[in-house]
Amino acid sequence: MRIAILLAGIAAGLAAQTVVLQNGTIMTVTKGTFKGAIVIKDGKIVEVGDKVLVPTGAQVIDATGQYIIPGIIDCHSHIAVESINEGSVSVSAMVGVGDNINPEEIEIYRALAGGVTTANVLHGSANAIGGKNVVLKMRWGKDAEALRFEGAKPGIKFALGENPKRQGNPTQPGQRARYPATRMGVEDVIRDAFTEAKSYQASWKEYEERSKRGERALPPRRDLKLEALVEVLEGKRLVHAHCYRADEILMLIRTADEMGFKIKTFQHVLEGYKVAKEIAAHGAGGSTFSDWWAYKAEAYDAIPYNAAIMHKKGVLVSLNSDSAELMRRLNTEAGKVMKYGGLTENEALAMVTINPARQLEIDNRVGSIEAGKDADLVVYDKNPLSVYAKVQKVFIDGTKYFDRDTDISERNRKALEKKRLLDAEKARQDEQKKQGMPPARRTGE
Amino acid sequence: MRYLFALLLSGAMGLLAEPPSTIAIRNARIFPVSGPAIAKGTVLMRNGLIEAVGESVQIPAGAWIIEGESLTVYPGLIDALGTWGLPQQQNQQGQQGQAAAPAGLPPIPGLATPTVAPPSGPQDRPQTTSWQKAADLVSPGDRRIASARNMGYSTAAVFPNRGIFAGQGSMMQMAGEKVDSMVVAPNIGQYVAMRPAGFGRSFPDSLMGVIAYVKQIYLDAGHYSLAKKMYAENPRGMTRPAYDRALEGVLESPRLLLPANRAFEIDRYAKLGRELKQPTVLYGGVEAYKAAEMLKDTPILISIKWPERARDGDPEEEEDFRTLERREKAPSGPAALAKAGVRFAFYADGIERRSDWLRAVKRALEAGLTAEQALRALTLSPAEIFGVADRVGSVEKGKIANLVITKGDLFQDGAIQHVFIDGMKYDPAPEPPQGPPGGSPGGRRPGEGAEIEEVRK
Repeated sequence: MRIAILLAGIAAGLAAQTVVLQNGTIMTVTKGTFKGAIVIKDGKIVEVGDKVLVPTGAQVIDATGQYIIPGIIDCHSHIAVESINEGSVSVSAMVGVGDNINPEEIEIYRALAGGVTTANVLHGSANAIGGKNVVLKMRWGKDAEALRFEGAKPGIKFALGENPKRQGNPTQPGQRARYPATRMGVEDVIRDAFTEAKSYQASWKEYEERSKRGERALPPRRDLKLEALVEVLEGKRLVHAHCYRADEILMLIRTADEMGFKIKTFQHVLEGYKVAKEIAAHGAGGSTFSDWWAYKAEAYDAIPYNAAIMHKKGVLVSLNSDSAELMRRLNTEAGKVMKYGGLTENEALAMVTINPARQLEIDNRVGSIEAGKDADLVVYDKNPLSVYAKVQKVFIDGTKYFDRDTDISERNRKALEKKRLLDAEKARQDEQKKQGMPPARRTGE
Repeated sequence: MRYLFALLLSGAMGLLAEPPSTIAIRNARIFPVSGPAIAKGTVLMRNGLIEAVGESVQIPAGAWIIEGESLTVYPGLIDALGTWGLPQQQNQQGQQGQAAAPAGLPPIPGLATPTVAPPSGPQDRPQTTSWQKAADLVSPGDRRIASARNMGYSTAAVFPNRGIFAGQGSMMQMAGEKVDSMVVAPNIGQYVAMRPAGFGRSFPDSLMGVIAYVKQIYLDAGHYSLAKKMYAENPRGMTRPAYDRALEGVLESPRLLLPANRAFEIDRYAKLGRELKQPTVLYGGVEAYKAAEMLKDTPILISIKWPERARDGDPEEEEDFRTLERREKAPSGPAALAKAGVRFAFYADGIERRSDWLRAVKRALEAGLTAEQALRALTLSPAEIFGVADRVGSVEKGKIANLVITKGDLFQDGAIQHVFIDGMKYDPAPEPPQGPPGGSPGGRRPGEGAEIEEVRK
């Protein structure tokens, strides 16, 4: 009870008043690293520096000996949604993972505890053109709508290579084959889909012109699949393309140029180091793993220097997790590019903060510690690029959503409550046994 | 007198050439639901309708009389969602998509069954039988209809429940010689379930695919009705809109039923209903105890089959905190909704014995629901939710003569003496013995979520 009151007090206080994080080492990513303070007001960073004035009445949090970085942004995740792949079709642009957010998924809290404040939640890679993405902030405890990164530009998943063609090569007897079965088929599916989208776009233009002229015209049928692709053509929806091999990366660049759209990021992109110049020339980013490969044939020709090489060739590079587990330690994933490729501390941190923010076009809001940006901050006890560093506190929009001390002190209470629930259930079951048991159903869980 | 009556009617109903057209229950305690309880009064029924209710009602000569001194009269209970009377395997073609042959048609001799490609997008109308009406599918002789009556149900919202757009529900009386006379309202809504096909099998094979399909269907329906309207105005020079029975079925449904057990599902599907601009009713409601705020404008049907640990489950299974909490708190949902002024109704969800029913309702009462609120959720509220409150749901002059009469309290082990349906008396049969664990043979019940297996990439 006492704890509950205390927590309520903290939450209410943080939301309402000015907060100052002081005496910490602030790694702003864009404006250097220094010892100083951050002033947060109404969810925004209002001042950062080594000599800020503390407003009267502000809540002061001492961060002596601690490190503060911008909230980590994971550019490739599949957490917090109830389904990920619409695997039945080669173009599933009609679906969106944002339609089935599960705001109670514990992975959100775990990501938060690992310093992640924003995630690009993508559709799976079973389709040449997959479904729509959703960018979420890890506002644990809020409903699905409140998790959405408001105003984030929408995106869509594409996938090349083995995953989208796998269902064209069934391995089980009686299993139905789905086109395509080859890489050239994947290319064809994409070209075909955009040809259809252009025709759809033209039918709407024609309708609008006819209605403008006052003619009697039936509007075209709205098609959720083609609408998403028209948004890609019009630059209103970002393409995040899953890929591995250099040849397929070049293929997609050529197809995109031909059809008239842009690739925003190549995801995984393990052979990006071979075609970094071409990726940079297209204006695409690369979102890759630090040192994870060889889990399938197309992922063999990989090197840990991939991120650093792409970066040096002018590609905007981020490091992602694609995994609820890896997501909790993206800080050390970033650290690896210092070893493999000799990047600086700042360049390394940028790959999990400002670079993914730019790739998602949310860098006006997040990705660095600057006045005017959202107060999405992570406090570590040690240098966050070290494996010894532990997240102490995480703020999103100036509200504290994770506190290591609170988490630890709450564990005992939760264990006791769970034991009480188990005992109560046992008592109910015993009571039912006495009365003659009705059949129990599998619950709607 | 009463015993004579009981003997004549219950024992030998079939022998009577003409059932009595005028029946009075006098000196009984009456809960009209639409108004305050009457400690001692009379209900007069004539020709299947309630003719009068009150403390002093003139009983016409020739009326059959039930002495109600020890009896309590309630409106006939209404099951807010069920499959009573539906064939257990109905609607098989819905699983295969529209192209498969309609069930029941004999194969055409000499014609091989065509192999039908599985649905590859919304255009194939996967798992859709939106045109089917429960009223056309119910068989009056189904033994489960008698089980419903034994629990006090005079009426039920019967819905086909196979597939995504499973079909249209009908408000049905739980008795009748022929199905025609059982129908109170043939079309009370469209039943939608979030039921993906297995991964990689056919569209949609994911929850978000089902949601996208539902959205696309309503876009298509809007376009379809516009095209039909324009064509009706002037067909010249305009391509004829192709007839689409899936869209016809959706368009003729006055409301949409969406499944929602978890609080975030309640939030999601209440919003989806608003996005689709459809009057929406949710069903399930396991976590209604924490979702009252989200249900301000959306009624919800609450399953009284409260979640419990599966009997055949792994006893070593470590269950999470939330699952345990949900099982403890689910029965407190109705009280929370009543407190917040949310419109809700109960459905039996596969419960077929009065003793099980009573135990289930009692758990809601123990969790803070008043008997008055529970009664409303079993009578007038479902009638209101489905737009038939002018006909059923309360003991009121002019309404259909649906009553349940108990000796003792309906919620406190009172025995059901009679159920009146359209003014006809039915007496409950002795309770059948407990079936083997594992439940009814009905397969998936309405409101039971499909297990969703996901392949993560």
